[in-house]
Amino acid sequence: MSGVLEATLRSRRDSGGKCLVPYLTGGLGPDWLDTVHAVAAAGADAIEIGVPFSDPGMDGPTIQEANDIALEAGVTPQSILDSLRGADIGVPTAVMTYGNIAYRMGWERFASMLVDSGVSGCILPDIPLEEVGPWAEAADGAGVETVMLAAPTAPDERLPRICRRSHGFVYAVGLLGITGVRAELAASAKIIAGRLKNVTDKPVLVGVGVGTPAQAVEVSTVADGVVVGSAVVQRMLDRAGPEGVGELVAEFRAALDGP
Amino acid sequence: MGDPEQGRFGEFGGMFVPETLVPACQQLDAAFREAWIDPAFRAELTDLLNNYAGRPSALTECSNLSEELGCRVLLKREDLNHTGSHKINNVLGQALLARRMGKTSLVAETGAGQHGVATATAAALFDMDCVVYMGAVDIERQKLNVFRMQLLGTEVRSAESGSRTLKDAVNEAMRHWVAVVETTHYCLGSVMGPHPYPWMVREFHRVIGDEARQQCAAVLDGGIPDVVAACVGGGSNAAGIFAGFADSDARLVGVEPAGGAAVGRAVPGIVHGSHSYLMQDEWGQVLEAESISAGLDYPGIGPEHAHLAATGRADYIPVTDAEVVDAFQLLSRTEGIIPALESAHVIAWLSKARHELKGQTVLVNLSGRGDKDVAQMMDILK
Repeated sequence: MSGVLEATLRSRRDSGGKCLVPYLTGGLGPDWLDTVHAVAAAGADAIEIGVPFSDPGMDGPTIQEANDIALEAGVTPQSILDSLRGADIGVPTAVMTYGNIAYRMGWERFASMLVDSGVSGCILPDIPLEEVGPWAEAADGAGVETVMLAAPTAPDERLPRICRRSHGFVYAVGLLGITGVRAELAASAKIIAGRLKNVTDKPVLVGVGVGTPAQAVEVSTVADGVVVGSAVVQRMLDRAGPEGVGELVAEFRAALDGP
Repeated sequence: MGDPEQGRFGEFGGMFVPETLVPACQQLDAAFREAWIDPAFRAELTDLLNNYAGRPSALTECSNLSEELGCRVLLKREDLNHTGSHKINNVLGQALLARRMGKTSLVAETGAGQHGVATATAAALFDMDCVVYMGAVDIERQKLNVFRMQLLGTEVRSAESGSRTLKDAVNEAMRHWVAVVETTHYCLGSVMGPHPYPWMVREFHRVIGDEARQQCAAVLDGGIPDVVAACVGGGSNAAGIFAGFADSDARLVGVEPAGGAAVGRAVPGIVHGSHSYLMQDEWGQVLEAESISAGLDYPGIGPEHAHLAATGRADYIPVTDAEVVDAFQLLSRTEGIIPALESAHVIAWLSKARHELKGQTVLVNLSGRGDKDVAQMMDILK
């Protein structure tokens, strides 16, 4: 299957550009939807919307804090998807959450809710290849693009299998660790991107540990683009407002577009 | 029935971990599979269990308690093991395995501190670096065990997120592991988590059930007890003793804290690597368990227990904190054995169900000793 997320990212790549996919936590602050619009206007190719989970095992302190604040404010998966429905964001969106949120609602119901809300893709970081079957069946049936993660620890034989199962793009995990901004780009980021580029034609985006425009540019010498999460969410936590978050995304855009 | 060796207990189990950890789980699965049929590994583990941990643990006939309750109570004395609980069985196995895999460090989570102390002990014995995550709330109520771990050379880190108890310590230990997975073994302390842990940890604790089966046969003229009962948080001591009686007619009973009764609510979910029963709200957000006992203060349960409950092979029954406080005193007073608050849950059930159990023989896994709980009980009872 192919969808609008993958088509959009391929188009950016095939025209010689690099893909920029910011992540922001759904429901974080009353103006979060305005932030989504601002991020789209600032040059995002697609946007990841985090649906908060009580026990986000892959996430570092920044996204944990954002999750906690949103959950305390009473945000639910339903309220986030309701807000996205008809929001006319202008770029494709993908939801990132944890398996239990989708499982609790029912795989098929969750997939159809994403479609109804205009969401193109879904990322469930605790549902690896071995367990993805039931979700993938529901997602494929509904037309949701399931993005799979590929980590530096994967042996070579595993990568083509991940790439075949992944739709939208392939999410290369840039380092051994959880989400968060690091002072420097890990050496593992370009290595995993290169290994994936060798085995797939799908867009390869690196996330986890890509926190500055310079890091985004560096890893995109090999990768097709980046996912930027904690840096964006930190701006939201700092109450920069839609405008301030948009400015950060515009900096990434400008850096990736080059002189 | 599913296949525990493939990580499936009926519909429960699995390997729900971030992609980064999948190869490590698969490596662990292969290493355990190989070690478990290697006579040299088994001999080394048995030697440690016997000559370091003090196995086999005794089976104690409780005449005074039996008289008081009207049922015959046999205690499997895991409280007499080195470090004070059943946890050492699993930890020695995993530490040996970690060394065999060339890992130089251990990371673990702990609730009451029993698993943390056992892991710290093994790390000292095998000269490995060790970090233990413990909820901030538990650090406060189990100070003695924190000091014990530090004395053994382990770094205790406080889990400050969420409910700041066992659930959050597991989150932090897993986050830690993702970053250092190539050099570090995650010494998970219960029959939970991703495959192979639920299966492997049960196998390391099977020794409890195997010994008890033989010991019971010796005192019951070759027979088996009517009931085999154990407390259940994640469910490791219960899995261990049940393993020895799964193929028998004995009734299997897991006793849950009322504030953390994952089976009692019977809602399936996915967290910490496996598909099992999980306390959660209507959206799938994990709820915070609330128990007097830090070791049972956990909103989930191992997948094998979910399967045993779903198929009706085992019963899972809740008891309240107040009933546990009474039971803690009852066993101390009648038998001169101060139980861990976790283990006191089983005694609380016996006391509550005494009419139903009249004339029956009940084997209780006394999973740990109560030294760690004495300060907390002093506050409660004064």
